[in-house]
Amino acid sequence: MLIPCPHCGPRTHEEFTYLGDATPRRPDPADPAVETAFFEYAYIRVNPAGPHRELWFHAAGCHAWLVVERDTRTHTITGAAPAGRTESSS
Amino acid sequence: MARRYSIFRLVGEALRGHRRWEPAWRDPEPKPSYDVIVVGGGGHGLATAYYLAKNHGLRNVAVLEKGWIGSGNVGRNTTIIRSNYLLPGNIPFYEWSMQLWEGLEQDLNYNSMVSQRGVLNLFHSDSQRDAFVRRGNAMRLHGVDGEFLGRDDVRKLIPMADFDNARFPIRGGLLQRRGGTARHDAVAWGFARAADRLGVDILQNCEVVGIRRERGAVVGVDTTRGFIASRRVGLACAGNTSRVAALAGLRLPIESHVLQAFVSEGLKPLLPCVVTFGAGHFYISQSDKGGLVFGGSIDMYNSYAQRGNLPTVEEVCEEGVALFPCLSRVRVLRSWGGIMDMSMDGSPIIDRTPVDGLYLNAGWCYGGFKATPASGWCFAHLLATDQPYVAATAYRLDRFATGRLIDERGAGAQPNLH
Repeated sequence: MLIPCPHCGPRTHEEFTYLGDATPRRPDPADPAVETAFFEYAYIRVNPAGPHRELWFHAAGCHAWLVVERDTRTHTITGAAPAGRTESSS
Repeated sequence: MARRYSIFRLVGEALRGHRRWEPAWRDPEPKPSYDVIVVGGGGHGLATAYYLAKNHGLRNVAVLEKGWIGSGNVGRNTTIIRSNYLLPGNIPFYEWSMQLWEGLEQDLNYNSMVSQRGVLNLFHSDSQRDAFVRRGNAMRLHGVDGEFLGRDDVRKLIPMADFDNARFPIRGGLLQRRGGTARHDAVAWGFARAADRLGVDILQNCEVVGIRRERGAVVGVDTTRGFIASRRVGLACAGNTSRVAALAGLRLPIESHVLQAFVSEGLKPLLPCVVTFGAGHFYISQSDKGGLVFGGSIDMYNSYAQRGNLPTVEEVCEEGVALFPCLSRVRVLRSWGGIMDMSMDGSPIIDRTPVDGLYLNAGWCYGGFKATPASGWCFAHLLATDQPYVAATAYRLDRFATGRLIDERGAGAQPNLH
């Protein structure tokens, strides 16, 4: 798989480290349902068969965290963008 | 119904020119309803149906398979069976599975080629030796066989290994002599035939597309072959568990990942046992046909594609050659991929779900093959009695919320690291 890194261009995925689903958001610790929220954040995954937004770290490149859009059925990568503040806190 | 296999039967059929063998299992039409439906015609689902019929007398049972039986992970693994676990929740379960393997072929009347040739885990450093001694002691405390081998003992078993590798010298190993291999397809076929003989309907090309519920309880499943009613439905569809469970509104602590496996051209006898490389993640054995069967880690990213990428192929082959330099010119014949339910602590789930009548057998990561008989036994017990079997009480679905995790690897909630 080639990941189109916005800083380095298309690079093999061997240069990257995979973290996982980019959609879970770290809950607010002041949330009254904080236990359930953190349980879901840490453990529960939608695990879709199809398009997946996921976090990759360009360890052997620019050291940026990227949100990559990839189809889990075909491994086709449709885009990569720098992770924003909300994703990088996950 | 298929008749028993025996040497007399074989001779009799041979004298008749092998023209009267009947199919090993029937191909029935779905009935309108069943007492229990098992979703997933892999090793675990077929074993579940067999033990439902044999241990609990439930014969009005169907196994629903979206493709053909054994087309998933039971036919895509590296055929290793063992019970060399460390943690209390795991050891009794996997040892129970090992004991079932030991009597499986007689029980099923099917040659599954169970071969207790031994599983040897190599260690390469002082700290790894200490960890393996601890593991071996835990096994022995639970009545599982485990032997500590020094460097010279290991050399007698695998003299061709690279003992003096500059980075990863082989210092010794932990040997489980009762471990070994089984013919993976024949395990699926054996359970299928034995379940069919007890009256279980095996419905192939029958994909579940909906799970019908009334007042929060399961009443049946919609399939590509129509609606089938049942008030007890068990999911044994690892790899696709998240997708099927989502039909009932469940969200699970599971990610799907692809694991590759490999087989080489046939060689003369080389490896007497299963060998695992402690300095990486690599395991290898030699099939009875002579091919080397080996594998390594998952590809590390979420995937439902039953194929992986080349960097993992390269890494696995590098590890093999680092361990056995004599393999450097052996040709790899085939590689393939299977989809693993990677759970959040690396251990499986055999439990009820929040939906009445819906039961879950999932999260096998890439250790499901060795668990096949005990998984079926324990899941059948749960489906028949609504109570967990004693060896599987730790495999609760709610352990991720309560903190009673079973994390052999100590990797935390990062499924691709288990």
